[in-house]
Amino acid sequence: MFKKLVIPAVMISFTVASASAETVRWARAGDAITMDPHAQNEGPTHALNHQIYDSLLQRDMSGAIIPSLATDWSALPDNPKIWRFNLRKGVKFHNGASFDSEDVVFSLNRARADGSEMKELLSSIKEVRAVDSHVIDIETNGANPLLINNLTNMFMMDKDWSEDNDVTTPHDVAKGETNFATMNTNGTGAFMLVSRSVDEKTVLKANPNYWGKDNYPNQVTEIIYTPIQSSATRVAALLSGEVDIIQDVPVQDLGRVSSTDGLQLATAAQNRVIFLGLNTVEGPTSELKVRQAMNIAINRDSIKKVVMRGQSDPTGVIMPPFVNGWTKELNKYPAYDLDKAKALMAEAGYSSGFDIVLNCPNDRYINDEAICQAAVGMMAQIGINVTLDAKPKAQHFPIAKGGDADFYMLGWGVPTFDSHYIFNYLVHTQTEDRGSWNPTGYSNADVDAMIVSLESETDLSARNDTIAKIWANVQDAQMYLPIHNQVLNWGMKSNIDFDVQPEDQPHFQFLKFN
Amino acid sequence: MVLLLVALVSFIIFRYVGNPVDNILGQEATMAQRAALEDALGLNQPIYLQYFDFLVSAVQFEFGNSYRGALPVAELILSRLPATLELAVTSAVFGVFFGITLGIYTAINRGSFISNFILSSSLIGVSLPTFLIGVLLIWIFSVELNWLPSFGRGEVIDLGWWTTGFLTMSGLKSLILPSITLGLYQMTLVMRLTRAEMLEVLKQDYIRLAYSLGLTNKQIYFFHALPNILIPVITIAGLQLGSVIAFAIITETVFQWPGVGLLFINAVYYVDIPVMSAYLLLVGFAFVIINLIVDLTYILIDPRLRDNQLKSER
Repeated sequence: MFKKLVIPAVMISFTVASASAETVRWARAGDAITMDPHAQNEGPTHALNHQIYDSLLQRDMSGAIIPSLATDWSALPDNPKIWRFNLRKGVKFHNGASFDSEDVVFSLNRARADGSEMKELLSSIKEVRAVDSHVIDIETNGANPLLINNLTNMFMMDKDWSEDNDVTTPHDVAKGETNFATMNTNGTGAFMLVSRSVDEKTVLKANPNYWGKDNYPNQVTEIIYTPIQSSATRVAALLSGEVDIIQDVPVQDLGRVSSTDGLQLATAAQNRVIFLGLNTVEGPTSELKVRQAMNIAINRDSIKKVVMRGQSDPTGVIMPPFVNGWTKELNKYPAYDLDKAKALMAEAGYSSGFDIVLNCPNDRYINDEAICQAAVGMMAQIGINVTLDAKPKAQHFPIAKGGDADFYMLGWGVPTFDSHYIFNYLVHTQTEDRGSWNPTGYSNADVDAMIVSLESETDLSARNDTIAKIWANVQDAQMYLPIHNQVLNWGMKSNIDFDVQPEDQPHFQFLKFN
Repeated sequence: MVLLLVALVSFIIFRYVGNPVDNILGQEATMAQRAALEDALGLNQPIYLQYFDFLVSAVQFEFGNSYRGALPVAELILSRLPATLELAVTSAVFGVFFGITLGIYTAINRGSFISNFILSSSLIGVSLPTFLIGVLLIWIFSVELNWLPSFGRGEVIDLGWWTTGFLTMSGLKSLILPSITLGLYQMTLVMRLTRAEMLEVLKQDYIRLAYSLGLTNKQIYFFHALPNILIPVITIAGLQLGSVIAFAIITETVFQWPGVGLLFINAVYYVDIPVMSAYLLLVGFAFVIINLIVDLTYILIDPRLRDNQLKSER
């Protein structure tokens, strides 16, 4: 009798100890906005949803595309407009329902519905069809060689669960709706949602029926996710041992984290480029020579050294190195040359300089306002009198892209890892449905035609040639002054073996303990 | 009237906060989609129409849905209110209790070393900005000493309509640093006021009379002097309670305290107009209520006010 009582108690204490050893307490600056996988196209939201939901294919910790719920895929040989995906068999949702092609058709249609923020990424899709229970076809309007790049954050939901809970469409902010999926989940992912309190704490536990048990280390049994907005508090929480891993380590605290016993700093280039845009239609900056002068008057090395404390990757092109179309030659940035810059200014007729306002965000990019302040000083050296106007992002972006700014800062991440994503938003003439982030006034009909042609060109080498041609045009026009690519820093306990993911998305099934 | 003005002013401010459309639609949205959403949200309407719509629904306690996360605003604020109120009340109690105690102590023991030390170190409370005090406390008590948590509310117990951190050890521990941070300014103010009033009162004739009647020091300080200084102290402490709720924004951000202040800050970043307007209205409402309560307390404390009341009723 006595024995019977003791054994369970010992077992319980054992399981508790081992479970807490594999708990990861994770903090970053912002919380996910919603758990609805298609309602927001935003970094922290995707990062949290990736633990719970799976996509057909995903990017691993190095940024390479790997199979997830689809095992393999290819365009049909006789019809490049149709992509065929073979789905993984034996996958179960967290509620026990089986995953099959019906769920994929449902989820992709949901992601294309009104209210979805993911629908732009799927705009080339004409129809999604189930071929049999574990094969689906995606038909696109024209051939789309890069369709799969747009599917890495496209999460799969259970059709029956969504119908039962009346969440067959993402919540539509404009209609003032709320829905069940905002706070509840049912995915196929490595972790299941236990509890969630917005801006406070989200607890996830390992999914015992996870399909990827043999594919990944899966050493984490529980995740406790706490957003901590104040960067000083976030670092303090890591230093005091209250959390195990933090994203967004502020650059001034990098040394402190890496020199603390028991902590380590992991660093990698981020998929985000920071640059300054110029008005090419009106004012002094409409002169190409002025823009060229400004480009070589920026001392990128000293911005890296002084403003970024070494944590940036200076560049000569507005494209992060992961992106298709990136070359070393494009990335090479021009030498800082004041004499030449002054000569160019004189040639353009502005030897005595001019006045201009630089619009800059102060809460969006790493040290955004400080970079702008540095640029003000650098421009002064060639006689340009810059007034800095730094604002929070909610005010900055409407100004920056509304065409009201002559000189402004912007950062750009490329979720599809292809140059087209940059051209479509930043280079194409500003129209109803393209060029929404190109207020520079740059407009070149040939370039526009080439950008549109990229969407249906299936011959990859011809496509890459076109990309190179467009980049040559962009570099000649110089409507953007590239500064650098951002660098990501994650601080974590020394016993954690985890790579920094270029999209800033930790996938905890990959995490290992030393 | 006050509430109407608060609503109007906050509405005018929102014009300058920015445009929520970008946050809602994401960077891939086209110009056409943006225009459509601005129409749907009524952002293109003239400001007085938006204001009128807001008032009509606010009167019915209908604040709409948050743009961020699409939850009903009233529900969102109610779920965050316990955290803020527990923090505000704890820090107000801390501020008033220590403020009055230390104020009396420094008034009675004028010029002693401890009094001078308290007075000069209390300057820190008024001169250092709240976020710096918070970060300093985190640094000392969380990072260096590892005694207290640096963020969050700890474990909370859900009572259905209220979540409380008062009932768990980690909840109480989490409350200490934020309450000190938030209450320090209040404490300093109350302390200095109490001391000044106390010194003033102790010079009065009736105190001298009390001494000559042979009353003990204790009786004089607590039964004759203290009640007479309470009116100004309560006025200030009461008005400060309003600003404690308002200033909680900074403390909540530093300590990641999941209250309405943090909700408001996130709403500002996101240009979440429904949450911002409801919050400002709530703070305005809190100020009005607190002023009312302060006025009513006078009557309780001051017998003269009570007597006037009685006379006029006669």
